[in-house]
Amino acid sequence: MNEKELIEKIRESVIQGRINSEDEGFDDGYEGQPATVELIEEAVGNNVDVRGIVIGGLTSGMDVVGKNFETGKYLIPDMLASAEAVGAAMDILAPHLERAGVESKGKFVIATVKGDLHDIGKNIVSIMLKGAGYDVIDLGTDVPAEKIAATAAEQKPRFLGLSALLTTTMREMEGIIHLLKNNGVRGDVKVLIGGAPTSREFAEKIGADAHCADAFQAIEFTNSVGVA
Amino acid sequence: MTGDFRPGVIVRPYERLTKEEVGAIDEASLSILKETGIICFNEEALSLFREKGCTVEPVDERSSKVKIPSKTMKDALSTVPSVVKLGARDPRNTLILDSKVPRIYFGSGSETNVWLDTKIETFVSATNGERKRDLPVFVEERGNVERLATSAKLAEELDSLDFFIRPVNIQDEDITEMNHDVNKFYISLGNMTKHVQAGLTNLDQLDNVIRLAEIVAGGKEAFRDNPIISFITCAVKSPLQMVDDATRKLIEFAKRGLPFVVSSSPQGGSTAPIQEAGMVAQINAEILSGIALAQIVNPGSPVLYGSVPVRARMDNLHDMYGAPEFNQYNIDCVQMARYYGIPSYSTAGVGDSSTPGVQATIEKFFTHIPVAMSGAQYIHYSFGLLDRTNTFCPVQAVLDNQHIGMIKRFLAGPRMGPDDFNESLAQINKVMGSGQKLYARFVRKGLRTGQVYSHYPFESRDGEDRVIEMALDHMNGLLSRPGKDLSPGIEDEIFAQVPGLLPRLKKQRK
Repeated sequence: MNEKELIEKIRESVIQGRINSEDEGFDDGYEGQPATVELIEEAVGNNVDVRGIVIGGLTSGMDVVGKNFETGKYLIPDMLASAEAVGAAMDILAPHLERAGVESKGKFVIATVKGDLHDIGKNIVSIMLKGAGYDVIDLGTDVPAEKIAATAAEQKPRFLGLSALLTTTMREMEGIIHLLKNNGVRGDVKVLIGGAPTSREFAEKIGADAHCADAFQAIEFTNSVGVA
Repeated sequence: MTGDFRPGVIVRPYERLTKEEVGAIDEASLSILKETGIICFNEEALSLFREKGCTVEPVDERSSKVKIPSKTMKDALSTVPSVVKLGARDPRNTLILDSKVPRIYFGSGSETNVWLDTKIETFVSATNGERKRDLPVFVEERGNVERLATSAKLAEELDSLDFFIRPVNIQDEDITEMNHDVNKFYISLGNMTKHVQAGLTNLDQLDNVIRLAEIVAGGKEAFRDNPIISFITCAVKSPLQMVDDATRKLIEFAKRGLPFVVSSSPQGGSTAPIQEAGMVAQINAEILSGIALAQIVNPGSPVLYGSVPVRARMDNLHDMYGAPEFNQYNIDCVQMARYYGIPSYSTAGVGDSSTPGVQATIEKFFTHIPVAMSGAQYIHYSFGLLDRTNTFCPVQAVLDNQHIGMIKRFLAGPRMGPDDFNESLAQINKVMGSGQKLYARFVRKGLRTGQVYSHYPFESRDGEDRVIEMALDHMNGLLSRPGKDLSPGIEDEIFAQVPGLLPRLKKQRK
């Protein structure tokens, strides 16, 4: 397989939402064929230009996935499968991208706040952001404000995503923003909040930069802000 | 039974009555037949009953009371086939009704006079001219041959509809009592490949109707093997009166070995006791008397146990279908049919509401689900009926199709085989080894194959209630598909051999 064919295969694998060869695709008949992980490894082994892989394979594939979702052909599971495939590809490509001087779209720290164990929404946002090319640091659930603020100071992310599903735990968010200010990093990080009880009004009240109802709004916001 | 047939859904029956209660109803019904008797207005039936040892006592110059001994009744029941096959133009649409197998099928019915058209109009708020809403407007039209053809074409496309009983009457000026039957069967058979069932308006037309069905099925022999049409008789008018005309039809269907329904439709509170025990004992006696007559005429005659017990509304004595008692009566009857080993023709899905909407949906679901759960083999009245059984609304039929599909999916048996567990355990292992621990990607296969229910298809993206508007769009899409016309050769043969068909029904071909 030459370079062009390999990148096209990677793109196809992303569209099909396949991480490795045992995965099924959106369409029938893919099981057993090399998928994103195997193809990326082959490409890296063949010294294929990593920019070409990212732009021609991963990003181009996700563009098709996004369009298929908009038209209703794809549903959330299909989007997530493709985003996970891109995420797996990025894990392999990360050191190569760094060596090639290619920057990611930015670091994104994400966490469910203290006292709250809900993580479905947060996980979906994580997968989708990773699939969209962000360097995601997922701190998990029930994360103390101090840990979030410390990670923000240490990792210097472009974005911080806070999730809460309870009216009792969403109040934590205001304290975290307060800590970011105290640590002197608030100006360097955009804070996105989400979760069922949150709202745009609540985001404004606590001084967050955006309220995102779902992963798509999160990506829309981060892309609108641009890479640091 | 082997070969192609519609799979239906085999349910684990919900049973309302205990074995003892079923026995008590049987005993009560036999007692009604033996002691109270049935008033019979048909001479041939009286003579047949008399020959089988029944007591016949004159009531007046037009009728006599027949008292059926329990032995006669039991002998008659012993010859009823436990399996009835209803054929179809497309053999894959054949229905196998096996009294021992609670495989459920849903179909249409009622022969309403009113056809309810749906239009969407834009309304402007009286208090805020900027606010506009598209809302459904319903227009009543008379049933006619074109609308019957449309209903048959639609029924062909509704995937949850397993059989067709015409939902709308043909009231055209050129339709007469003498040509009514051939035209209604021709229109039905000419637009669909599923089983067609109807009552017969005029017994003199039976030969013509059968000839029509034989041509469509491919000949006399083919029709015998694949009975693409069947009939409904309501020989017993409640309470406990065997009427002349319908009884003549019952006898003739039985003589010819045609499959047919022996149906009774008492109304609790007016033509039957409102109490469950009394209602079910009476309707059971009524149905059994008709079935007994069919078996006396022709032992082994294929019949369905047809129960349409309803409740009377006490403000106007109209039928009431969305009543809790309706479910009780009907489920009891399904159990009685199972007890006798006769396939059950039951009833569900009629809206008392006169237009589609919240009330109609509640009333329909309220009977669709429990009657389906009872394991009735053949559930009629289930598509598009509103205003009790007076109105057929095709958009409502589209909604009912969706809802019945959901019910069938819900009632489908659990998938708990070794492969299901192996696949699930592999999935659990994979997900637990991943970072985000989400199963969403494994839903994809099920979504594509239809094993996983996606979402309510008439839900609008903007959050407005556009269910009826979207169902209307869906219906128009279904009706724009190519029709299942008969071949020109078959059509020519029918028009050459079957008198009474309206020439305008012949499809215009280039």
